[in-house]
Amino acid sequence: MGDLRLMKGNEVVAEAAIRCGCDGYFGYPITPQSEVMETLMLRKPWEETGMVVLQAESEVASINMLYGAASTGKKVFTSSSSPGISLMTEGISYLAGAELPCLFVNVQRGGPGLGTIQPSQADYFQAVKGGGHGDYKLIVLAPASVQETNDFMDLGFELAFKYSTPVMLLTDGVIGQMMEKVELSDFKPRWTDEEIERISGEWACLGKKDRPRHVSTSLELDSEKMEQNNHRFQAKYQSIQENEVRYEMLNCEDADYVMVAFGSSARIAQKSMEIAREKGIKVGLLRPITLFPFPIKQIEELAGRVKGFLSVEMNAGQMVEDVKLAVNGKVPVEYFGRYGGMIPTPGEIVTALEQKLIGG
Amino acid sequence: MDIKEIIKPENLVYEKNKVLTDNVMHYCPGCTHGVIHKVIAEVIDEMGIQEKTLGVSPVGCSVLAYNYIDIDWLEAAHGRAPAVATGAARVNPDKVVFTYQGDGDLASIGTAEIMHACNRGENLVVFFVNNAIYGMTGGQMAPTTLVGQPTATTPYGRDVELHGYPLKITELIAQLPGTSFVTRQSAETPGAVRKLKKAIRKGFENTVNKKGTSFIEIVSTCNSGWKVSPVQANEWMKENMFPLYPLGTMKDQDKESDEQYKVK
Repeated sequence: MGDLRLMKGNEVVAEAAIRCGCDGYFGYPITPQSEVMETLMLRKPWEETGMVVLQAESEVASINMLYGAASTGKKVFTSSSSPGISLMTEGISYLAGAELPCLFVNVQRGGPGLGTIQPSQADYFQAVKGGGHGDYKLIVLAPASVQETNDFMDLGFELAFKYSTPVMLLTDGVIGQMMEKVELSDFKPRWTDEEIERISGEWACLGKKDRPRHVSTSLELDSEKMEQNNHRFQAKYQSIQENEVRYEMLNCEDADYVMVAFGSSARIAQKSMEIAREKGIKVGLLRPITLFPFPIKQIEELAGRVKGFLSVEMNAGQMVEDVKLAVNGKVPVEYFGRYGGMIPTPGEIVTALEQKLIGG
Repeated sequence: MDIKEIIKPENLVYEKNKVLTDNVMHYCPGCTHGVIHKVIAEVIDEMGIQEKTLGVSPVGCSVLAYNYIDIDWLEAAHGRAPAVATGAARVNPDKVVFTYQGDGDLASIGTAEIMHACNRGENLVVFFVNNAIYGMTGGQMAPTTLVGQPTATTPYGRDVELHGYPLKITELIAQLPGTSFVTRQSAETPGAVRKLKKAIRKGFENTVNKKGTSFIEIVSTCNSGWKVSPVQANEWMKENMFPLYPLGTMKDQDKESDEQYKVK
């Protein structure tokens, strides 16, 4: 049993980063995720593990600091919330194009624009469809608890280095701000220079020694070569789709209807499922843990034996499009959500289930 | 005498330094990027820091600088080189990190990044090549374009009412307490190149000695963008740019102490 604590999701992001041997954090304050950097600054990991923490002048600078540090094979991350992530998307596209492993946390708030500081899941499209320019995807992990926030920091770095690609933790103002019991991970030391050489020595900018120079870049002016680069990216995303799908299924064995929900929506939908089951409605819950890769096969399989799906989201209906693609017209797919910083109640979701799917 | 009799190691009077690659440069004839690259490579070679130097290249004509200097390179987004360099330097305090940026990159889109990196006193050398125009995209107005200077986006000359004033960013940078060495050089004559090399050496030595940010502006030409011959470009630079961007060292000291900035 590791360290048991009662902590906020955002505080756990910071603590988990220190414990998983992170080398650096570059960030900029924005509600509702400011506790990430505040916790790091209070913890002073530079004295404990040597981890660097720097408050940048903007999100634009922090994502590019991440690019610089990630280019040297270090384990680095940043965090922000929706408008800040929009500012970072140029840099995220460059990170994906240069195939740099790194992690960023998006504690989503309601939009568009300056929007609101209340929780939201309206950055689903931005997170899973790339977000910036060019054909790229991020691995997107969606924790539904403070415990998963802890666990996915380490997992995020593991996947980032396994596939040499940026990874996003897509959380929201609920998960970031709420306090829950959490079993913190054990401390892992930061990688030594020798370990970095072994893990990333083939590409990282560690200083040119007896080898051709390394260039960390997304630029290739020869379009035939650029197409080859894109082939390589797509093959990588295909491999991620085949090997890294993570999900949770609850009560789907005997289900007539299945709700699909991620993150904090899934926590609420779980309660809706209990209420509906008490009313005799056989409903299950599929919770995608990875949003890219999306659990397409699992939904395909369910579509062969249930009567319909309800996608529950804190946005105006984004993930429902991916559910529909996976269901491919076999059974009805409906959406229910609240947005602009509003959170659905379990009762509202049950009503939507009854009216949109069962009654319809 | 046969030429093979002359080309012998014992007759060698000059050799291309090994940190400069053999790649043919893409720069226009008359451009000073090549000269500046060569001098940077020479200093890296002479100081024996090739294995610990990381370059950050910009967006602009020198975007492909990584093809010419044989070190590890990070290619930054437009204007973000100082942030990229900050990230690399902060997690690798033993490395010597420099940025190489043009006037559009550093003084327009990347103004925030350069001001804050210099103000934090990041342990970097910054090479700022100012030729008063956007070369790569076809000769548009730069922040450093002179009033009256014609460019593709100021075909009737820069007009302050329309476009504002030329930005003397190096003078601003010199005010920042994180900078230890701020100088403005040029590379149009052998004498100027020798002075430039001394400045570059000082910049790299400062970084090795962790003295904060060294900022080296190099006033340069763009004969293609200015639409004149290389010789005329040098004359135009001396006549027009040197009075507005006077050469010389503005600052050569340690980073400021934090005393005058402290809460009482």
